[in-house]
This record gives sequence, C-alpha cells and structure tokens, in this order.
Amino acid sequence: MPVQNFEKIFQEKIDNEIKIEPKDWMPDAYRKTNIRQISQHAHSEIVGMLPEGNWISRAPSLKRKAILLAKVQDEAGHGLYLYSACETLGISREETINDLHSGKAKYSSIFNYPTLTWADIGAIGWLVDGAAIMNQVMLTRTSYGPYARAMVRICKEESFHQRQGFESLLVLSKGTKEQREMCQDAINRWWWPALMMFGPKDSESTNSDQGMKWKIKRKSNDELRQNFIDMITEQVKVLGMTLPDDKLKWNEERKHYDFGEINWDEFWNVVKGNGPCNKQRLQARKDAWDKGTWVREAAAAHAEKRKSKSNQQAA
Amino acid sequence: MNAKIDYTLHLADTTLILSQRNSEWCGHGPILEQDIAITNISLDLIGQARNFYQYAAKLIGNTDEDKIAYLRTEREFKNLLLAEQPNGDWGQTILRQYFFSQYQYLLYQQLQNSKDEQLAAIAAKAIKETSYHLRWSGEWVIRLGEGTDESHQRMLNAVNELWGYTGEMFIPATYESPVVKENTGVSVDSLKQPWLEKVKTIFEEATITVPEKVFMHSGGKEGKHTEHLGFILTELQYMQRAYPNSEW
Repeated sequence: MPVQNFEKIFQEKIDNEIKIEPKDWMPDAYRKTNIRQISQHAHSEIVGMLPEGNWISRAPSLKRKAILLAKVQDEAGHGLYLYSACETLGISREETINDLHSGKAKYSSIFNYPTLTWADIGAIGWLVDGAAIMNQVMLTRTSYGPYARAMVRICKEESFHQRQGFESLLVLSKGTKEQREMCQDAINRWWWPALMMFGPKDSESTNSDQGMKWKIKRKSNDELRQNFIDMITEQVKVLGMTLPDDKLKWNEERKHYDFGEINWDEFWNVVKGNGPCNKQRLQARKDAWDKGTWVREAAAAHAEKRKSKSNQQAA
Repeated sequence: MNAKIDYTLHLADTTLILSQRNSEWCGHGPILEQDIAITNISLDLIGQARNFYQYAAKLIGNTDEDKIAYLRTEREFKNLLLAEQPNGDWGQTILRQYFFSQYQYLLYQQLQNSKDEQLAAIAAKAIKETSYHLRWSGEWVIRLGEGTDESHQRMLNAVNELWGYTGEMFIPATYESPVVKENTGVSVDSLKQPWLEKVKTIFEEATITVPEKVFMHSGGKEGKHTEHLGFILTELQYMQRAYPNSEW
C-alpha cells in the first residue's frame, strides 16, 4: 500500500476518535511528537520530585510529612508509567533519560523555581498541580492510546494532590500572622510561573496546529490558561488571599477574567536555562544516575548469574 | 507506667529516625523503581512511628504526636544508634535497612502477643509491612554482595561501617526490664541468636562473611547518641521550633 493510503487510514482513525496503538502505522512526525511530549512529561514528574522533596525532612508535622512523602512517591510512579508509555514508541528508558541529562529533552520549567518556605509545598499542590491537571484532563482524550490511558490514572492522583495542596494552604490562611504571610508570599511567587506552564500564547506557539489535527493536543494554550485563571480566581477567595495581578477583573462580555501581561522574557530565560534552579535540578538528576551506576550494574550482573545458575540446573 | 512510656517512645523514635534517613533518598535513588521502594519504606516507618507516638501521647496525657516528636531534645530521643547512621551509598542504606528489618520482624512477632493491647495491635499491623521491608532489603543484600566486584567491595565496607551498631539492638535498656516482666514488652536479648542465624543465611548467599569480635557501640536507647542525631533533629524540628504553637 502506498504511504498516502496509510496516512489516510491513520487520519480517519483520528477523526473517528479511534485511538492509535503502538503497533499501528503512524507518521514519523506523529511518533516523534509523542516521544517528545511524553518523555518531557515523564521528566517533569521526575524533576518535579526535587523541589517538593526539598521539604520532606523539614515538614512541620508528622501528618504533613507522611502526606508529602506519599505525594512525591506518586510523582515517581507517574514518571514510571510515562517512561513505559514512551517505550511503546520504540525508545528505551535509558535513551530517554540520557536525552534529559544531555539537555536535549526538556522538562516543565516550573520546577526550576525554588521552594523557599513550607507554604510553597501547598502552593505547588494547588497552583502547579492545578495547572498541570487542566492540561492532563485534556490529555486523557489524546489520540495515542498508551498516553491517554496513563493520563486517566495520573489525573485521579493529581486532583487528589491539588485538593491536599489547597487544604494545606487553607490551614495556613487560618493560622498565625506569620503563617498567613507565608501563604500570601508563596501565592505571589508561584502565580505567574504557574500561568507560564501553559506555554506561549497561541499566536506564538509553533507546535500547536499539527498537534490539534492529530488530536495530540485538543485545546489551545490560551484556552487552557483562561480556564485555569477563571478557576483559581474563585478559589483564592476561599483562602482570603489575593493573586498578584491588579489587572485581574471579571469581563461580563467574555464571561471570563481578564488578566495582566505575562513576563515572557522571564519565561524564555528559564526555558533557556537561566532559572533560579535549572543547574541544580539537572545536576541532582545526573548525580543520582551516576551514583546509581554501580547499583544498576550489580543488579544486572546478579540477574545474569542467577540465569546461568538456573540454566545449569536445568541442563 | 514510666517504663512503658519510655519503651513506646523508644519504638517510635527508632522508626521515625530511620524513616527520616531513608526519606533523604526520595528523588535521588539509583533506579526509579527503587526510589519508589525506599520512599515506600520511609512512609511505612513514619506510619508506625505515628502509631507509637499517638499511643505514647495518650499514656503521657495532655500532649500529642507532634509535640513529642518535634519538641524533645537529643538527650531525650531513645532511638537505636543504627537508625541515625548516615545513608552512605546505596549499599550502606540497604544493609542498615536489612539489619533493622530483620530485628524488627523478630521483635514484632513477639510484640503482637504483648499483654498491652495497643502495642500488640500496632505490631500486628506493622509486621506485614516489615516482612516486605525484610524481603526487599534481604534480596538487595544478596544482589549487591553477589553482583560485581565493586558492589561486593561496597557491601564489605557497609558491613564494616554498620556491624558495630547492631549489638545495641539486643541489650535491654533500663526501661525494658519492667515491661518484659509485665509481658508488655519483648525481651530483646532473646532475639540475638535468631537474628544472627538469619543474617548468616543471607550473608552466605551474598558471599559476605559475618564479622567476629567487633566492638559494639551502645547508648542510643538511653539517650546517648552519635553526633549525627543533633543534625537530624535540627532539620526535623525546624518548623515547630521556628513557629511555635501553630497548626499545620
């Protein structure tokens, strides 16, 4: 069959909402886009463990410590499903991880911001996981089957994390003066970076058109960002806190909140590696990998020894 | 009564401090699956610690788990010295966990039959977790001992670092004799031989020799620690010390 026919069948499946599965024919660019996106997502989960992990040893109560440990462990689990989903496209976990370490693959820039106080842990849960969910709910319907299915599981856990984050800020918001200040300060610092998580404006995004046609992406960056702003602007009232944007205002005509200009210079700077923690985050991942080399080698050598032992016994 | 409180605090402190140590690996493990496993153990241990602290709080009265964990000083902590030893490399962390889980498994087996219903219930629930920790860490001791020359050498170093902290597990503290007499606590000296035999079996598979005539450190159970504990508590207790009387 000529390639044009394969392409036609492929696009028909997509148009009819039939998932693309690992063994199906797919255009090379579709495979590459999915590898890029899923691996980037996997790396984000793994690098995302670091800013939160930063507070495990200092969590203010035993209950909060247990919740945080469980949460960071969930992120590791998400990384695992996503690396597996990526492997179905024909790239090994090791190759994928090498691309992260070499800087070829990216991860979400939000994790290049530091967690300076305990309130940041709540703010990450509420705002960062909240922003991620907007994107991920959309991805439960993405056209590549293994990715969509991984997302269903991940979304359930993420929305739980978001509620936990909000609840932990709610406690601070009802607490002492210092706690309320800590809470507001964290919101002030995480709000704009959270809005940047949706990526550049639609008018400037390069990857969107083809992604929409292939139903990898189903809503535009601006649409998702607006939904997020509308949601959070209501929720922040419950906390009795404010968002650091004096242009934030309900627009009766649009039925949405208007908001101020995002600092795109900052966004691109962090993407290019100049965020407050880019170097530390990547270094921490590389160190973990390098220090683990002897462990992985030992595990492989041991498995090999066991195999040859059982072969000898069988013979 | 005081002996039972101290005994419960000893059980709680050891699991909390080991949980705190293991949690340092979270996000930095050698393999993603193992990062998850060690974090999971950390989570189980903090769960056990909370059960013991909550019970201790009830026995003491007018306090809670966080006040006990976060507002006592170095000399008041009763954890085993083994628990506070640094993580070292993955081999050292594994070995520390194995030594402890092997001991804890034997301990909980008996504590399940404690005359104190609460301690018995905590042990009965926790032993399921401990049997997983034991299997996991034992398998890793074998894997690393038998793996490559490097991993074997690293395990020998780990044994060298940690063996001297194992003796303390089997020396009863002053508060243990009364609880043993009442049949609420476990006589730890009786666990020594079964522990040693299990360790020998695992070490044999791992091609590691059990050391002999090593000096054994002790004191942790009575509040005399290594210098590491002060730093662990500094981090652990930072928020409660900096913002006293706050809800979190």
